[in-house]
Amino acid sequence: MQKRRGATQAEVPAASSLRSTMTSTPFSRARDHLGDAQLVELYRQMMLIRRFEEKCQEMYTRAKIGGFLHLYVGEEATGVGAISNLQPQDHIFTHYRDHGHAIARGLNIDELMAELFGKDTGTSHGMGGSMHFADITKNFWGGYAIVGSHLLLAAGVALACQMQKTNGVVMVFFGDGATNGGEFYESLNFAQLWKLPVVFVCENNLYAMGTPIEVHSSVKEIYRKASAFDMKAMRIDGNDLLTVREQVGEAVEYARSGQGPVLVEAMTYRFRGHSAQDTQKYRSKEDVEQHRSQDPVLIFRKELIDAGVSSSADIDALDATIDEQVEASVRFADESAVPGNEWLTDSGIYAAPLATATVDPDLV
Amino acid sequence: MPVLTVREALQQALHEAMADERTFIIGEDIGHYGSTYGVTAGFLEKYGPERIRDAPIAEAGIAGLAIGAAMAGMRPIAEIMSVNFSLLAFDMIINHAAKIYSMFGGKFSVPLVLRTTNGWTQLSATHSQSFDSMFAHIPGLKVVAPATPADMKGMFRAAMADPDPVIFIEHTLMYGIKGEVPEGDYIVPIGQSVLAREGRHITVVTYSRMVHLSLQAADILAKEGIEVEIVDLRTLRPLDMSVALESFKKTNRAVVVTEDWQSYGTSAEIATRLYEHGFDYLDAPIQRVNFREVPMPYAKNLEQQVVVTTDRIVAAIKKVLNRS
Ligand SMILES: Cc1ncc(C[n+]2csc(CCOP(=O)(O)OP(=O)(O)O)c2C)c(N)n1
Ligand SMILES: [Mg+2]
Repeated sequence: MQKRRGATQAEVPAASSLRSTMTSTPFSRARDHLGDAQLVELYRQMMLIRRFEEKCQEMYTRAKIGGFLHLYVGEEATGVGAISNLQPQDHIFTHYRDHGHAIARGLNIDELMAELFGKDTGTSHGMGGSMHFADITKNFWGGYAIVGSHLLLAAGVALACQMQKTNGVVMVFFGDGATNGGEFYESLNFAQLWKLPVVFVCENNLYAMGTPIEVHSSVKEIYRKASAFDMKAMRIDGNDLLTVREQVGEAVEYARSGQGPVLVEAMTYRFRGHSAQDTQKYRSKEDVEQHRSQDPVLIFRKELIDAGVSSSADIDALDATIDEQVEASVRFADESAVPGNEWLTDSGIYAAPLATATVDPDLV
Repeated sequence: MPVLTVREALQQALHEAMADERTFIIGEDIGHYGSTYGVTAGFLEKYGPERIRDAPIAEAGIAGLAIGAAMAGMRPIAEIMSVNFSLLAFDMIINHAAKIYSMFGGKFSVPLVLRTTNGWTQLSATHSQSFDSMFAHIPGLKVVAPATPADMKGMFRAAMADPDPVIFIEHTLMYGIKGEVPEGDYIVPIGQSVLAREGRHITVVTYSRMVHLSLQAADILAKEGIEVEIVDLRTLRPLDMSVALESFKKTNRAVVVTEDWQSYGTSAEIATRLYEHGFDYLDAPIQRVNFREVPMPYAKNLEQQVVVTTDRIVAAIKKVLNRS
């Protein structure tokens, strides 16, 4: 899955020079670099996210899933394209809209569905739910639900990478709405000041819950906020999978080479409400339909078929496999046991045993 | 046994901690400035800027980066210059440091030690507070507030060895206090209270700087034949009430002395536990001595009336004894 690219910035052809070559496109370049099987793999990831989340919505309606459910539907190209650039020693932090990033990083969807069902077999033993998927074996440090907060944790892991000389890079995802709070600015300052290997990926889906970007941010082009910190930044089409992959790939190599962090603003759009409860009064059906007609997953599917990377029958078969896999995850989650009451004791709250109990023994 | 100040004991503990290559210190003015209260003086020269990280004035960032680094295998010490500024880091401390272990199903923890200081001396309303109860309220945190140089060293050692986030509360008016400190490896476990003074007539339950004031009060009362027993809690979470309850069952009377506001403060929890578990032994209502409930005034004459003094502790003890 790793790109066949050199480790240093100097060996990476600049995207601008690549783009000026009229004969090549992100698609053709990626095909050259990756080969057809890997392109289909990227498609598989996007479609798996899509179908997994459609199933989540269904399970939410059937009250199998509780709490908040923030779907990534429509934004899959950003997560899959960006994460496809990461190596095993790299790290990911994300926000509550974390299903897509988790699946792109290869987390087990049985465990993810089980987490949503509040089961012991879930990635976090049912303690986290939709907003808190994590898998430390994949350096996937989790979804965080306090807007903007996890950027600082990401910078902290990047500091550890730098001090431990692991050559690891931290990729952190967040929304346009997260770029107005102090934690965003603190994290940018720290990262640039100490040249931390962080790739900040802002998923600009034009809304913070129901508040349009024009209403919530003095600067509408989020990537320009990096200029206050002398930080490298770029704005990219977040709906084109291979553009995302290529451009974020440059950002990752830049960060890995020790030159410092990069802020990537990926322009994207969520097709569904902010969360499952959203009535979407703030945007018109026509607007949503307009974007849906540019569905990044379906566009890439068509590109694969049109370019002869895969036959339409093969893709249909792949889609069917994905559906089966998603169904299986529901069965797994359904059949799994609920977490035990030890999670309500000190041993569920603290890693080390306590000298004295915090839980009142006389509790009724 | 060598006699050290609290500052020196802490310095020793921090040097010991720095022997672990995974440890670095991050905080404001810990290096170039020479350290606000002198604790990390000379550290930058000794360990270099990579491990003694002068941070921008960004408390959320200091705590947040330390949490992240701790998650990823480092053993950071974060220093928040004054607890008053920790309010800007509360999201990091409460929503993150305290939650990460359980929220992610125990798959990883936050081995962070966050040092900070209570204290006052005509610093007015925003620089004289203590938020002990706010930290101690939070499941997932461990909160320690040692009183003596020995406990400073021993509990710091325990905090560094702990896989959970530990809030280590110091006091600006305590750095010069002296006491014997064992040499070499010395660990005082988190979550164990201790008797600071034996006595028969009344129990004072307290911690941090108030231990020293209570000891002074006990000296005064001893001259009148009143024997005060003093319990130093040392840790606020997990709260070990065993020593206090044992003492209370003997004396049947208690005064709780804490340097924070009374309403919903640490003394409320301590007194409640005494009532809950010691009701049958109670001979008089428990009396509390705390900050008066106002934002701290600047004027010295007013400030002196807000803070806890030895006189107020003596008066409280006498009041309880006179009732029974
Ligand atoms: C600190 C904080 N304030 C408010 C919220 C409630 N909230 C959750 S998501 C959200 C909108 C965030 O928008 P954005 O950052 O653009 O991300 P998106 O949901 O669009 O992906 C808000 C206001 C929160 N979780 N945390
Ligand atoms: Mg948004």
